Amino acid sequence: MYEFKLPDLGEGIHEGELLKWFVNEGDTINEDESLVEVETDKAAVTIPSPRTGKIVKINGSVGDVLEVGTVLVVIDDGTGIAAEEPAAEAPAAETPEVASVAAVAPAATAARKNGPIPAAPATRRLARDLGVDLKAVPATGQGGRVTKEDVQAFLDGDGAARPPVREGRVPADFVPAGGQGPIPLLDLEPLPDFTEFGPVETEPLRSIRRKVARKMVTSMVLVPHVCHMDEADVTDLDAAMRRERERLVDTGASLSLLAFAMKAVTVCLKKFPSFNASLDPFKGELIYKKYYNLGFAADTDRGLVVPVLKEADRKNVMEISEGIRELAVGARDGSIAVEDFRGGTFTVSNIGSLGGTGLAPTINYPEVAILGMGRMQEKPVVRDGAVVIRKMLPLSLAFDHRIADGADAARFMNELVQCLSDPVTLLVKV
Amino acid sequence: MVMGSLRQSTEVVVIGAGPGGYVAALRAADLGKDVILVERRERRGGVCLLEGCIPSKALIHAVNVMEEVRSAKKMGITVKDLELDREQLLKWKESVVSSLSRGIDGLLEKRGVEVVRGTARFETSQSLALEGSETSAIDFQHCIIATGSRPVHLPFTEGKGIWTSTEALQVPSVPDRLLVIGAGAIGLELGQVYAGLGSKVVCVEALESILPGADPDLAEVVEKSCRKRFEALFLESKMTALEGDPGSGYKATLEKKGGATAVETFDQVLIAVGRAPATEDLGLENTRVAKDTQGFIETDETCRTADPAIFAIGDVTRGPQLAHKASREAKVAAEVIAGRKAAFDNRAIPGVVYTDPEVAWTGLTEQEAADQGREVKTGVFPLTALGRARTLGRTDGKVKVIAEVGSDLVLGVGIVGPSASDLIAEGTLAVEMGATLEDLMITIHPHPTLSEAVMEAAEVAADVCVHLPRPAGTVRK
Repeated sequence: MYEFKLPDLGEGIHEGELLKWFVNEGDTINEDESLVEVETDKAAVTIPSPRTGKIVKINGSVGDVLEVGTVLVVIDDGTGIAAEEPAAEAPAAETPEVASVAAVAPAATAARKNGPIPAAPATRRLARDLGVDLKAVPATGQGGRVTKEDVQAFLDGDGAARPPVREGRVPADFVPAGGQGPIPLLDLEPLPDFTEFGPVETEPLRSIRRKVARKMVTSMVLVPHVCHMDEADVTDLDAAMRRERERLVDTGASLSLLAFAMKAVTVCLKKFPSFNASLDPFKGELIYKKYYNLGFAADTDRGLVVPVLKEADRKNVMEISEGIRELAVGARDGSIAVEDFRGGTFTVSNIGSLGGTGLAPTINYPEVAILGMGRMQEKPVVRDGAVVIRKMLPLSLAFDHRIADGADAARFMNELVQCLSDPVTLLVKV
Repeated sequence: MVMGSLRQSTEVVVIGAGPGGYVAALRAADLGKDVILVERRERRGGVCLLEGCIPSKALIHAVNVMEEVRSAKKMGITVKDLELDREQLLKWKESVVSSLSRGIDGLLEKRGVEVVRGTARFETSQSLALEGSETSAIDFQHCIIATGSRPVHLPFTEGKGIWTSTEALQVPSVPDRLLVIGAGAIGLELGQVYAGLGSKVVCVEALESILPGADPDLAEVVEKSCRKRFEALFLESKMTALEGDPGSGYKATLEKKGGATAVETFDQVLIAVGRAPATEDLGLENTRVAKDTQGFIETDETCRTADPAIFAIGDVTRGPQLAHKASREAKVAAEVIAGRKAAFDNRAIPGVVYTDPEVAWTGLTEQEAADQGREVKTGVFPLTALGRARTLGRTDGKVKVIAEVGSDLVLGVGIVGPSASDLIAEGTLAVEMGATLEDLMITIHPHPTLSEAVMEAAEVAADVCVHLPRPAGTVRK
């Protein structure tokens, strides 16, 4: 018997929603044949069978959300005993499209194969009150028992005892849970019964919607946001872009204002590296990234996703434009790989195609800043004492005030506005 | 006041004043909440106090005293004219129950918990309608459902005047020949009570062993004692039909192991095949509370139901239907409602059966450990090797400690023998604390007591016990 557990589907992914079973109990399946389709917070993934054999048991129905490590199926592969392999191992070798980056297991859990973490009831209550996950606490007691002192030491955080923190995952003690959390005056009351006031319809918070909700709350609770706004006069850039498009008309290639903006952002990020950084509040470190991977917000049937264009600084505007198009298509039809959602350093949210004079975007944590683009519009502006009609692009830069200050943002924005106002400036800087 | 004219409102309403409900009400009141406790019965205490644990233990104790006196001949004690006065026994039992019920009322009153008599039914997720009460309805912010459970009947036994535990505990009569259906805790305890009172008891169990849930090596000791006291104990057997009434007696068709069928006559029949959650008439369909197919209310580890304003504790939720589980859940629910981060994360819910000898277990049984794939070692210490057991004249029992290989963490303890119900507390503490075998071994246990057997069993598991013989030639660690 082989127990196949839901494999690790990539960093930061803890669960997946079952979309489709390709088999029924009693079916026979060959190794590498499609077993199940799972939608994670980032993408839909088809998971192949790691073994050849008969499906003895299927766990979960379509729509269920399973945690990574949950037994998906039991396959009778002719071996007598249930396999005890760790969840991450099985697919790593056999499914190249599935990332197998598991968070490093803390020492405390390494020795404990099953069963709860041994700890006295009072210790468990202390850990719950402090929002500490006992699994993460290195144990000093006999038999792997976690003591009250261990929990305290873990919180006080002498470096050695600290387990790696997953990127983008806020430790539970930062999140107010159960009504009253560590944020004074924050007291979450249950919602009123809305049916009292009229008919309603409810649906579970699932998949991408839940992921977005979680990310936004994390970002808004954790990051002091400041939004700096300006307008770029893109009359000349727009004209140049239109000329270029004419030339490209026969090739079928596209060229978008977003691509120019993303190119210009790479120029600014290189000049102002704190906008391409991350703050590790647990280690007290700033991490400056030496690569420039730009995410862009894409609206899909399943909700908001942020595909990441890798190494935007090394691509020309044409290549960026093509890259955006390919990623956007992949995101909409679900063919995009999990990899294409990872590793972003800065995000651009272009709402211009839908309208809007401006927006105050929410940072894609743990990035430092996000650029919002409104709709380019012709506006009367004053040039050399006279009112003229120019094409103006509203820009807003929301940034993490822990890492950057208003003056830094103003300089970043000035540089960006310059690059977009004069195509030659952009040309000489890339 | 006219019946049903008053609409009240409160922060917390608790339905049911059993060991779950009244504890929840007290704890919530202690945490500063306005609490109303709704109870349909005349008295507080629930099944546990009024028609369960407490009256049955009173009866069991009385019967055991007689049994002890009878077996004290070897100690030189003989009593002529040993008699049981049923009226006096019932009077004493009633005095025990009523003093405890009054005690609960006193506690509730001093906390300012308002007790409302009536039968509650949800109108919405925020209000209850009451029947048989001056109060017509209660609007609440949070509700705790603690309505407990009811004995279940077989399809053909209802309305024929036979007993469930509720009736049997009133001891309406001492039947000459009593048929007990079910060899779980309730069936065996009451079977032994009536055997002690003079009934000829026949016990029928559908499963292949008595006391489902207990390890077989513990259950077999009780089985032996039951076979001695009962006229018969049939395993893998069923009652398939029943005719008769309390006046003229019953004809029960028994299908015994192997398929042989016999019709036997009894004066009374006690049905003890389980208890069903009392969740049917609560109006749960007017809330978002979800039930499983057996009627148990779905809850999370904070005892919250699918309806965020409503909690459920005790027998209406899944898990062992035991008063002490309900009381612990009661505190969790009350604390969560008061904004605390409580959760029912207990690792050991002790199970206790008050047969003679008693049997108790806590944490994992050997079977559960095996099912979870945990590698364990066990240490069994027989009471025959224990001084205190000898002085009590009670060596029919043993203590078993189950520990994890490698870490030596105590995962479970099982006890059969006198006072197993009290001795199990140490095992439960050990499991909850994450104690190791060494913790039990190094702790001094008073001598001579039965509690020494726990220490000795831990030593057996660690292979360092000095009070048991070792095979010749083996070296002590």
